[in-house]
Amino acid sequence: MIKFNINDIEVEVEPGCTVLEAARQYGIEIPTLCYHEAVAPSGACRLCMVELKDGDWSKLVASCIYPAAEGINVYTETERVQNVRNWIFQMLLAQCPASVEIKTLAKKYGVTSSRFSIENPDEECMVCGLCTRACEEIVGLSAISMVDRGVYKKVGAPFMQPTDVCVACGCCVTICPTGAMRSYIDSVRSVRSVTLTPLAL
Amino acid sequence: MTNENTALNTKINSGRLNSHEDLNALRQQIIDKHDPTKLEVLVCHGTGCIANGSMEVSETFKKICETSGIDVKIKPNIKTTGCQGFCSRGPLVLINPQGIFYQRVKPKDVEEIIQKTIINNEPVERLLYKDPKTGEPIKTENEIPFYNLQERIVLHNIGKIDPTDINDKIAAGGYQALAKALTTMTPKDVVTEITKSGLRGRGGAGFPTGRKWQGALKAVDKKGGPVYVVVNGDEGDPGAFMDCAIMEGDPHAVLEGLILGAYALGSNNGYLYIRAEYPLAVKHLEMAMAQARELGLLGENILNSGFSFDARINRGAGAFVCGESTALFTSIEGKAGTPRPKYVRSVEEGLWGRPTVLNNVETWANVPLIIDKGADWYSKLGVLNNTGTKVFCLVGKVNNVGLVEVPMGTPLSKIVEDIGGGVPNGKPFKAVQTGGPSGGCIPYKLKDLAVDFDSLTKAGAMMGSGAMIVMDDRDCVVDVALYFLRFLEEESCGKCIPCRLGLSRMKEILDTFSHGKGSEKDIDDLISLAKAIQDGALCALGTSAPNPCLTTIKFFKEEYLAHINEQRCPAGVCKDLITYSIDPDACTGCGSCARHCPQNCISGEKKKVHVIDTQNCIRCGICMDTCKFDAVQVN
Repeated sequence: MIKFNINDIEVEVEPGCTVLEAARQYGIEIPTLCYHEAVAPSGACRLCMVELKDGDWSKLVASCIYPAAEGINVYTETERVQNVRNWIFQMLLAQCPASVEIKTLAKKYGVTSSRFSIENPDEECMVCGLCTRACEEIVGLSAISMVDRGVYKKVGAPFMQPTDVCVACGCCVTICPTGAMRSYIDSVRSVRSVTLTPLAL
Repeated sequence: MTNENTALNTKINSGRLNSHEDLNALRQQIIDKHDPTKLEVLVCHGTGCIANGSMEVSETFKKICETSGIDVKIKPNIKTTGCQGFCSRGPLVLINPQGIFYQRVKPKDVEEIIQKTIINNEPVERLLYKDPKTGEPIKTENEIPFYNLQERIVLHNIGKIDPTDINDKIAAGGYQALAKALTTMTPKDVVTEITKSGLRGRGGAGFPTGRKWQGALKAVDKKGGPVYVVVNGDEGDPGAFMDCAIMEGDPHAVLEGLILGAYALGSNNGYLYIRAEYPLAVKHLEMAMAQARELGLLGENILNSGFSFDARINRGAGAFVCGESTALFTSIEGKAGTPRPKYVRSVEEGLWGRPTVLNNVETWANVPLIIDKGADWYSKLGVLNNTGTKVFCLVGKVNNVGLVEVPMGTPLSKIVEDIGGGVPNGKPFKAVQTGGPSGGCIPYKLKDLAVDFDSLTKAGAMMGSGAMIVMDDRDCVVDVALYFLRFLEEESCGKCIPCRLGLSRMKEILDTFSHGKGSEKDIDDLISLAKAIQDGALCALGTSAPNPCLTTIKFFKEEYLAHINEQRCPAGVCKDLITYSIDPDACTGCGSCARHCPQNCISGEKKKVHVIDTQNCIRCGICMDTCKFDAVQVN
């Protein structure tokens, strides 16, 4: 077992556990969007940042991927952590203004408005890639993946064309942290090539 | 190369070398064949000189020497070399053994060089470098301040040897360190020697190389082999070309370093990750590897020592982020080059999840020097905890643009003013951007700052790979910060939110400043957002991206305030805040500005004062560039 401290509370977890998993076991809240127990963590949304401190030394790490280690001191609500969180929420509010989920989470952490301008008022997707990881790791199809890079990065099927690789299982819709996949999935799934004939009664 | 060397090579090549003695014998054979009194013409074939036409120069030399019927005895040996370093003066030609240095040589100058220097042993004065202070011509390379103030160790052979010919390298002492290590040192000795030398990674962060290697060895002990060694040749900083010059000009140095590293770590497989935009570097390394393999210096059973190692070249497809270690590994593995979280270090879990040692081109090129001459020799160079030398690329508003190597800890002013010859307009430089887009802006008042890893980090900049962009009073810091942010926004992989969205938003705020809008609160917001990105981003591209912006605010806040509060760009760069006008006292009415103006908004009669119509002017600045009388002013 590994013993360490979160917000000066001693916690004890199995080896191989991450800091986030440990915190959740002990009911310590750390916000996340791109994290889901069912897939491997990727550390993309950076909302789960926590501060490690050791005397004068300190460093911010993503708790969803940082392995729990003996004796470390983790703090979840320091000024630096809150600064990162605050700016990420502000940027997400401007980027995905249509997402109720993001608004709700941001409000919980005291962010209700953004200093940034809104480009697309209908946007819900934050491009965290959780849907594509679910499609790859859980469904095993990789019908969708990340397309392009940088500010142009988006989620889509190859060539942004509807694909019949997608079986419309809805896993991506269920797992999507911002609700974006609800409306997006119809552009991924192609029309079924086999027409089902209704049973003759 | 298709010069006499090739003919010579075929005679010399002895096939596989099986011992240190074989290597020494080959070396002696090459040296014996070489007549030290015979003239040698070294034409720089670095990328800069090639762009300036040095290929035509070397071709002309060969053609004239072959057809003009020069006496065989004095017929020079024409050699094409890697970057000789003084890039702003290219194409460069060096005549040995006298060491006569010719600059800006055109094909039409070749005949005169042959007539005067080769046949009659007298210099062509008009092609010599002239001392900018006295105007006196300087005959040899060693007397030129740009060269003699440097300490060229890693660059020692570059510009002197033909990079496409392994014999030239062997004659210069190539692979001696490898032979020494394989015959007299254990792998552990090699690691100890590197650790003792104090060598730190030249890629930017300055992590002690010896410690990295020890870390990998520990990981191998724990989980077993294989272990990989990788060269990071994905140099992408704007203004940086030192790795390019090393790979193009002395590929065997990189290769020998890599083989030594592999021997030290017990690795049998290596990768050279080189950006595809460096086709010459890829070509020269491919040739170097093929030649080394032929001589048994690479591949199975190197020098009959029982140690086998081979490497392959992976070309990077042009993503800046692939210079970041984990993105580089992901790219070699055949996936999209995005970084992965690295709370487990790459010496434990790197390429293919195996222990991996990734070092920069320049770091690898230092390894043979340390093994050959010893850690004690090396650690005497530079300053405490920052040993050795560093290669810099001096670019921007500086007279002597080029490749510079100085000991660590050299004051900034010595590099920019003494070696670099200062700013063209004669004024003191305004700032120097070190470390490319991840580095920081160092103002003139810190000109005595020692250039080493620790001092630069303390000043808020960073060593980075070694680009040094010199700026003068016509460079606007807001514009510079914007430039680097635009670059990084383009190059962000988009995986994590602070980098993907944060850099765009920083750019958005900076952009308002360049339009004379915004408030002081926006500066505070910008700093706060920048800190969030530094703390929150996933990889080094993101965490270091705010550096240029933060350092310019730190050192040039008054210039930011001038934009915001007075709607004024002191450097006269930000287009929305400037107007061009013509000084009636200086204007001669030559009409050059009017002819070049793309808007046709400059009018005036011949030989009379011209006027700019500021309403239609798009402030492109062409009139200013074209005016020979400095009559166009920016307000």
